[in-house]
Amino acid sequence: MTAATVTARKSYSTTTPAYTPAPQGKVSFSFRNVAKQFGGKAVLQGINLDVYEGQFVAVIGKSGCGKSTLLRLLAGLDKPTSGEIVAGVLEDEQKRTRIMFQEPRLLPWARVAANVGVGLTGIEKGEAARKKSLEILAEVGLADRGGDWPSVLSGGQRQRVALARALVGHPSILALDEPLGALDALTRIEMQQLLERIWLAKKFTAVLVTHDVAEAVSLADRVIVIDSGRIALDLAIPVERPRRHASPELAFFERQILDQLYNR
Amino acid sequence: MSRALRSIGRSALGWLLPALLLAGWEGASRAGLIPANVLPAPSAVGEAFWKLLLSGELIENIRISTLRALSGFLVGGSIGFALGLANGLSALSRELTDTTLQMIRNIPHLALIPLVILWFGIDEEAKLFLVALGVFFPIYVNTLLGIQGVDPQLVEMGRIYGMSRTQLFVRVILPGALPSIFVGLRYALGIMWLTLIVAETISASSGLGYMAMQAREFLLIDVVVLSILIYALLGKLADSLARFLERISLQWHPAFQTV
Ligand SMILES: Nc1ncnc2c1ncn2[C@@H]1O[C@H](COP(=O)(O)OP(=O)(O)OP(=O)(O)O)[C@@H](O)[C@H]1O
Ligand SMILES: [Mg+2]
Repeated sequence: MTAATVTARKSYSTTTPAYTPAPQGKVSFSFRNVAKQFGGKAVLQGINLDVYEGQFVAVIGKSGCGKSTLLRLLAGLDKPTSGEIVAGVLEDEQKRTRIMFQEPRLLPWARVAANVGVGLTGIEKGEAARKKSLEILAEVGLADRGGDWPSVLSGGQRQRVALARALVGHPSILALDEPLGALDALTRIEMQQLLERIWLAKKFTAVLVTHDVAEAVSLADRVIVIDSGRIALDLAIPVERPRRHASPELAFFERQILDQLYNR
Repeated sequence: MSRALRSIGRSALGWLLPALLLAGWEGASRAGLIPANVLPAPSAVGEAFWKLLLSGELIENIRISTLRALSGFLVGGSIGFALGLANGLSALSRELTDTTLQMIRNIPHLALIPLVILWFGIDEEAKLFLVALGVFFPIYVNTLLGIQGVDPQLVEMGRIYGMSRTQLFVRVILPGALPSIFVGLRYALGIMWLTLIVAETISASSGLGYMAMQAREFLLIDVVVLSILIYALLGKLADSLARFLERISLQWHPAFQTV
C-alpha cells in the first residue's frame, strides 16, 4: 500500500503535468440559484456553483448546514425546490454520478466482487462485469478479497469496496459524503492517499463532504464552506501535489477556513 | 477431518440423554416399576412398529398424514408468503388487508374445528383448511416483518445504482427478508404438525392420528405411544430440513459462518 503510494506520487511529480489550480476547462456541473426546503424550512438557498471537470471540491460546514442535502441534489436523489442543476456534458450525466456514504452500504449477502458488480448495473453483465470488478478491487488494494463476505472485512476495507463499487462504472462525478468519517485516524490517512491517487489516475470530478478541515485542504483544489444554507466561502487551494500533511502552506488555508466557520 | 469427527461427536452428544432415558425406561418396565397398561416398554413399542410396518398400515398412515401436512402447508404457506410480499411492498395492499388479517389472527385456529367439521365434515378439506390456516399466519407475519425490516439505506443504494424494481427485489429486498422468513417457516412447520395431530385425532378415517385413536379404543397402548413417537420424529425431520435450507441460503449471515 505505502510502496504503491510512493511510486504513484513519484511518477506524478515527474511525469504528469501540473494540476490546474484555477478553475478552467469544461464545466462538470452547475448549481443555478438552487434552493431546497423541507416542510417549509429552508435548508439551502441561493446556491450558485460551477464545478469544472476533474476538479476536487471539498464541502465543509457545521452539522446540519445542508451538506448531505447538497450532495443528494447533485446525485439526483432529491429534487431542488427551486433553481436547477445542470450537468455539463451528457444528458445521462446523472446516471454516472456516483455517491458514496459514511456507511459502506454493502449487500451482506453478496460476496465482495458481486458487491462491486452492483456498480455495473445496466452497464455490464456476467463475466465481463466480474473481470472489471476484480480489476478495480486490485486498484483499491483488495486484489485477493473478491470471494469474501463483507462481514469478514474491516471497516476500512469495506469502505474500499464501496469506493471500488462507485468507481467501477467510470463515473464522471463522484460525490463523497463523509466516506472516511467512521474510520480511525491511521486508516483515514491511508484512505485519503488512496482517494487522491485514484482521483489523479481517473480524472473524475470529486465532491467531498467532510468535517475535517485538514482533510479538506490536503485533498481539494477548492474548498466550499456552507453556512446557514448559503455558500459562505469559496476558496481555491493552489498548493502543488503531492501535498504534505500539516505543512505551513496548508495550515494557512486551514486557518482561513476555521476563521470563516467560527466567524472570527 | 478432525473437525468433521468433532462435529459428529458433538451431535452424538445430543443423543446421549435420549438414549439413557430410553435405557432407563426399558429397565424400569422390565423390573415392573412402570405397569404395561400405563406405559409399554420401548421394546413393546418396537414390536408394534415392526408389526405395523410389515402389514403396510404404518407406511400408509404416515404417507397420508405427510401428504395432508404438506398440501396444507403449501396452500397456507404460499398464500401467506404472497400476502406478506404484497403487504410488505405495497402500502395500498397493506392498508387494505393488514388490519383484517391481524384481527383474524387473534382467533385460535383450532377453535374453528367444530365449525370446520360442520362445513366440510371429516373429509380431507377439513384438515387441509385447518393446516393451511395455522401455517398461514406465521409465514405471513414474518414475511411482512422481514420485508419491512430491510435496511432502507441498502434499498436507496440499489436505486442509486439504477436497479430495476425486479433487480431491487431479487438482489436486495428478498435476501434481506430471508432470515425472518426462515423464522416464520420453522414456526409454521411446528404449527403444521400440531394442527394435523389435533385434526386427525378428532375427525379422520386414516392417518397417524386416526391410527392412535383406533389403538386407544382397542387399548393398544404400544401403538398409541408409537404414533406419538412418529409424530415427534416427523416434526424433528421437518425442522432439520428447514435448518439445513436455512444454513445453505444464509451462508453470508455471521450466525451461520463456520470459519
Ligand atoms: N428528508 C428530510 N426531511 C426533513 N428534513 C431534512 C431531511 N433531510 C435533511 N433535513 C434537514 O435538513 C438540514 C440539513 O441536513 P443535512 O443532512 O444536509 O445536514 P449535513 O450538513 O449533512 O449535516 P451532518 O454534517 O451532520 O451530516 C437538517 O436540519 C435536517 O434536519
Ligand atoms: Mg450529512
